[in-house]
Amino acid sequence: MTVIESPRTPARRAPRRGVNLEKWGWIYMRASGVVLVVLVFGHLFVNLMVGEGVKAIDFGFVGGKWADPFWQWWDVLMLWLALIHGANGMRTIVSDYTNPGTVQRILKGALLLSTVVLLVLGTLVVFTFDPCPAGSPAELLPSFCPAA
Amino acid sequence: MSATTTRTPIAPEKPAKQKPGGTLYRGREGMWSWVLHRITGVAIFFFLLVHILDTALVRVSPEAYNAVIGTYQTPIMGLGEVALVGAIVFHAFNGLRVILVDFWSWATRNQKVLFYIVIALWVITMLGFVPRHLMNVFSH
Repeated sequence: MTVIESPRTPARRAPRRGVNLEKWGWIYMRASGVVLVVLVFGHLFVNLMVGEGVKAIDFGFVGGKWADPFWQWWDVLMLWLALIHGANGMRTIVSDYTNPGTVQRILKGALLLSTVVLLVLGTLVVFTFDPCPAGSPAELLPSFCPAA
Repeated sequence: MSATTTRTPIAPEKPAKQKPGGTLYRGREGMWSWVLHRITGVAIFFFLLVHILDTALVRVSPEAYNAVIGTYQTPIMGLGEVALVGAIVFHAFNGLRVILVDFWSWATRNQKVLFYIVIALWVITMLGFVPRHLMNVFSH
């Protein structure tokens, strides 16, 4: 039987020894959140407000951005901070609405797995990206490609 | 991974007139701030999963990426982007409010005022974004 604590029950005391991971998670949400406000607002402004906005986004647009290491690092930093922030928020929600047990372990395991897979995938995509893939139609490529 | 120490914040009690509403939820600014933060957070999380995958298509081929990103430029998705940006802007401003409430005693005492400031900043930001975005989406 799982006992549901009354709403006024203080949170369990953190373990006295070792690293308090929940405290660092709490700090991470706030620290990453502040940085994400800058990164995400900058991302939205450049991609949706400048020029033609969403209508201008295509392969050439992304190729042009990621030709510059500044935007590569901007996007990779945003990827890591945002995905871990989001997954940790989802972990909080899973903890709030499920009891400890198999279901909770499966949900948290799925969060961890999808986070790791998408972090690796996204980072590889940004840093192994070829803006001028051979054999592609010239009109789809950024203007700096030899074929374009 | 099974520790559950993150809990719903509990509003300070007023000893003078205590009126239990028969529910955990207090129904005031603090509750709506918390509810909206949760809902927008979940929505943004699921969009982020999709957005990482669709962007990864640049590694497949220009044609594959353009085909999928083209669907982001339709009128219906254009309206969806208004909702998405609305969720992000609220989550951002309300998140800053949460940080202020956590670390600054004035903000803790005035968290209700700060909620209305968040709403005001959200309205101003959306007034700047929505017309421009809809002009981009509905013109060719």
